Amino acid sequence: METNLRPVIAGFIPLLDSAVVVAAAELGFAEQEGVALKLIRETSWANIRDRISVGHFDVAHMLAPMPIASSLNLTSLAVPMLAPMLLGLGGNAITVSTALWSDMARVGADPSGDPVTTGKALADVIKQRHADDAPPLHFGVVHPFSGHAYELRYWLAAAGIDPDKDVEITVLAPQMMADALKGGQLDGYCVGEPWNTAAVDAGTGRIATYKQAIWPDSPEKVLGVTQKWAEANPETLAALMRAFSAAADWCADPVNIEELATILARPDILACPAEICLAALSGRIRLGPKTERAVPGFLTFSGGEKAAPLPAHGVWFYEQMVRWRQAERSEAALQQVEAIFSPDAYLAAVGLERSAEEAVIKMFDSERN
Amino acid sequence: MSGGLSILVIDDNRIRASIIEQGLRDAGHDKVILVHQMEGLVRQIADINPDVIVIDLENPNRDQLEHMFQVSRAVRRPIAMFVDRSDSHSIEAAVDAGVSAYIVDGLKRERVKPILDMAISRFRAFSRLTEELEEVRSELADRKTIDRAKGILMKSRGLTEQEAYDLLRRTAMNQSRKIIDVAQSLVIASGLLGD
Repeated sequence: METNLRPVIAGFIPLLDSAVVVAAAELGFAEQEGVALKLIRETSWANIRDRISVGHFDVAHMLAPMPIASSLNLTSLAVPMLAPMLLGLGGNAITVSTALWSDMARVGADPSGDPVTTGKALADVIKQRHADDAPPLHFGVVHPFSGHAYELRYWLAAAGIDPDKDVEITVLAPQMMADALKGGQLDGYCVGEPWNTAAVDAGTGRIATYKQAIWPDSPEKVLGVTQKWAEANPETLAALMRAFSAAADWCADPVNIEELATILARPDILACPAEICLAALSGRIRLGPKTERAVPGFLTFSGGEKAAPLPAHGVWFYEQMVRWRQAERSEAALQQVEAIFSPDAYLAAVGLERSAEEAVIKMFDSERN
Repeated sequence: MSGGLSILVIDDNRIRASIIEQGLRDAGHDKVILVHQMEGLVRQIADINPDVIVIDLENPNRDQLEHMFQVSRAVRRPIAMFVDRSDSHSIEAAVDAGVSAYIVDGLKRERVKPILDMAISRFRAFSRLTEELEEVRSELADRKTIDRAKGILMKSRGLTEQEAYDLLRRTAMNQSRKIIDVAQSLVIASGLLGD
């Protein structure tokens, strides 16, 4: 039996949205597709990048912009990569310290997570702090090439806050965010769950807004592969994507939430209490100590069509890289980015047709094709 | 020969850090600074202004460190990944050994290569040490289990220590198992029987 399985080594970061990868390995979805999936937990995105580029990992759970940054040679150990499948949509939130929240609430921040009023309130607080000669506010993101960085920057900029001048943005590992907020090194951060709920539960933070409100149903983590591995192992990659698709459907079924939370909470995966995983998995988010809100699609796992990447997704991330001066704009790069986020390999693997509908990127403050 | 390069070693593991420090000092580098404390890392690096930074791959602060290098106001000089991209052998060796290093842009590679090689070999030596320690630990645990199994046999069957051991060994040989496995089964069975 075992000898017929194709071995695949996958790196992952202990986050809620590693669920699809974890479920595929733990619940037999990979085996059903003839794949012996071995998971290796990592401590930083830099390690994920380094170990996939030297071939320790065949595939990895990756921040959606990472394969773009690697392909465009914007990071060290850069190799051409692909993002053939989405592993999760949404799941991030922006949490601020309780002190900052009370300042924001005083000037009209909406308690239900609306990005417009919370952004405006933050802009007012920053203006006041500037007038008072107070030090700039510090925000944390998990990586310079991450949905978190771009969502935070988009939200700040939409409120007229210059992310490079009016605040300081630093990078910190997800599991350290809540402590940094508590210790006062950070005034706020954008991170994936469960690290927002962790601060709310500890009474040190308040969720101001979230990814699902800023860019609804947007990609967060992708399956990352080097172009070299994808070309050398097309059948294994297809089998793996079928396994992930089935695992994602299982993760998306509300009946399985408790079991999924129990698996993810294990010491060898997230090593956290199962209860704090449940908030995002069930879409019932505690924004503050007394405000719980149902947020449909807060974090979505999906097989089927929704797991297909779209060139428009890649282009949005690339435009943010250009906007924040991480990358130069070029037609060649744009075409490369569209190819990295091509849905074709995934759709072929699961036997679906490419949708005829034009993809629309819908942000909280604008809509465009 | 050191040419006065200052080398910053960032490693939570104090023993490993001092092994690397010693190696670098033996090679004639006298400006080696160890950092264990990750808080205020940006300021520490700006103050130290090192030529080379060596960091272990288990460190969850690598993303923070790399970001810092991108933001020029945090560090005075731009910093790059340690080796030429063409030198895939060194990159693989470093990642295999569990270490990464960054050098200040423009430094001559041949001056830095020995530092990296040193770090790689010390990291390897350290993981060998750790594995050996692990082996010794499990050997000790095995011996304890075998002692308990002998004790059970001596008590329940009135054997001497040597006879008890011989019985364990014979049983293991007859069943093509290891002594420790037989001893473990016996200890578990005896526990289940409430002995």
